[in-house]
This record gives sequence, C-alpha cells and structure tokens, in this order.
Amino acid sequence: MKSGLLGQLAITFATMSLAAIGGANAVLPEMHRQVVTVHGWANDATFANLFAIAQAAPGPNIMIVSLIGWQLAGPIGLAVATLAICLPSSLLTFAISRVRRRLLEASWLKILQMALMPIPIGLMAASGLIMARAADSTTLAILLTTAATVFVGFTQRNPLWALVAGGLAGGTSFMILGS
Amino acid sequence: MQDATTGDQVATQEPVTLGSLFMTFSTIGLCGFGGVAAWAHRILVDERRWYTDRQYADLLSIGSVLPGPNVVNISVIVGDQFRGPLGSVTALSGLMAAPLVILVGLASLYELYGNLPLVQAVIAGVAAASAGLVLGTVIKLARRLRPTLGNILVGLLVFVAAALLNWHVLLIVLVMIPLSLVLTAWERRR
Repeated sequence: MKSGLLGQLAITFATMSLAAIGGANAVLPEMHRQVVTVHGWANDATFANLFAIAQAAPGPNIMIVSLIGWQLAGPIGLAVATLAICLPSSLLTFAISRVRRRLLEASWLKILQMALMPIPIGLMAASGLIMARAADSTTLAILLTTAATVFVGFTQRNPLWALVAGGLAGGTSFMILGS
Repeated sequence: MQDATTGDQVATQEPVTLGSLFMTFSTIGLCGFGGVAAWAHRILVDERRWYTDRQYADLLSIGSVLPGPNVVNISVIVGDQFRGPLGSVTALSGLMAAPLVILVGLASLYELYGNLPLVQAVIAGVAAASAGLVLGTVIKLARRLRPTLGNILVGLLVFVAAALLNWHVLLIVLVMIPLSLVLTAWERRR
C-alpha cells in the first residue's frame, strides 16, 4: 500500500518535472488537479495551507512538492517527492547545457525564449486563480488576495511583506472578531 | 578557468571547491524568501564574482527555457562548469538541504498546532496573500516583458486550458510551444 503510494508520488511529480517551464507556479494547476481531484491526497484548504507554508519558507517554491510528500508519507515521502520533481528536469538541463552550443545558436535561443515566455505566465495566472478559489472563503481573505495582488504587481518591494501582512491580518481579525 | 559556453574568461580566477559550491548555493537557498532568482544574481555575480553580468544573463536564459525552477537549473549548470557532475549534485544539494530542514520544521509545527483556531486564522491569511502574490507576479511580468499580440494570445490560451479546461500541463506545453514558436517567428518576420 505504502510502496504503491510512493510509486504514485514518484510518477506524478516526475512527469510534472519535465513540464515545469518557469518553475513551481507553472505546474501548480496540474499539481492541484492531481493532489486534490485525482488522488484525493489533500482537500482544497489543506492544499492552500501547504502552498502558503512553502511560499513563506526560504528556498525554491517547488518545495511545496516536498511538503506534500512529507504530509502523505513522512521523511521517505519527502525524499521521493523531492527527487521526483528535481531529477528529470535537472538531468535534462545537465545534458542540454553540455551540448547546447551545437543545438542552440544565440538567435534561436532568443526566439525560443520569446516563444516560451507566455506559457509560464499563462500557467501562473491559472495558478493564481486556483489558489484564490481555494483560499478565499471569507471577505477578509478576498480583500487580502486583492491587496497582495496590487502590492506585488505594482510595487518593487519584497513580496514577503504581503505574506507577513496577510498572516497578521488573519490573526488580528481572529482575536478581535473571533472568526 | 574558461566558461564552457562562450570561451570567455570567467570573472573569478580562483578555483571553486565543492565546499564553496555547497556553501554558496546554501546561502542562495536560505536567502530566497519570496523569490530566489534575485539573490542568485546578487550572490553569484556581485559577491562571489564567479560570473560577469553577461555570462549570468546567458545562464539565466538557458535555465528559463528548460523545465524545472530556474535556480535549480542554474545550480546544475554552475556546478557542472566548475566541478563536473559531482559539482552539479553538490550545488543542487546545497540549494535544497537547508531550506528543506526549515520546511520540515514548519510542517511539524503545522501538524502540532495546525488545529488551533488562531494558527488556522494566521495560515488562512498567509494563504490568501499567497494567491495574491502569484497573481501580482503575473501582472508584474506582463508589465515588464512588453508582450506582443501573439504572446498575449498564447498566454490566454494557456490560461484557459489550465484553469478552465483542466488540460494536463504536459499536453499544454506540447501543444503551445509549437504554436507559440510559429507565431513568434511569423511576428518577427513581418
């Protein structure tokens, strides 16, 4: 049973690894679908909370995958999920960076870059919508999402402040209003 | 030491040891609150002087067209350029190890205290802000990159496929990359 779960974790995240152009936010919609809808490993609220913890912690945001592994199967789950999301893309990067002079002339790399640019951004927008749907069950939450969107989108300050303010607002409102 | 990609002299003359690869990428990982990329540039170019600005831009462009987080890809390439395959493993481990320990600490706290109403309220607030962080990043990137009409079209199609049609991300990537390449090449030719 447990090895079955570990196998599923490995296959799910290793597949995602090869599609993760632009990093964690690009595969978040797929991750949400697999983790919440397909496998039922977590519900909407738990997924939103795990994402929040991964965002608030230092390190690459892709580590939400490690957290999901940890939640499901402890240390082994963490190791399997982390390796699954890192290894395939890293091996590809390793191989391509060694041969890329022959494969990718500078002008081609430029076109490829321009062509790829909208894909992670579109995926990221989908991530934002899905995370907002999962997290915004109260008026306060909707306000916080909106405020953080404006703060991050239109100022150059460290986005961590938005997370700190969100946590403070959530805690304060609970202590004052009891909800 | 020669840069494997351009043949130019790299900025540093000193040998880069496995230990210093590990420590450097640990620092990058630990500094990466709210975005590792900015720190990777600051540390690799400004502090360690392993790369010049141009070499780093080159590194970033290859890191961002390949799947996987940019900074993970950069650690793999930098490690390989200085120390071969073992260097890649070392740099990647350095990047991930310390943040993972912190993450496990946070996750354990969440398991212990996650049921307390106050803690739930705080995390719910952070989660709501996290969603805004993602949406805000989209706005910031869209403003900075000055997309063409073709770019905007592809971005919207990707959004619809992912958020509304629930396509598998691999399918999205496989369909949209060729489409976007054709559009980009056509727009540049005009």
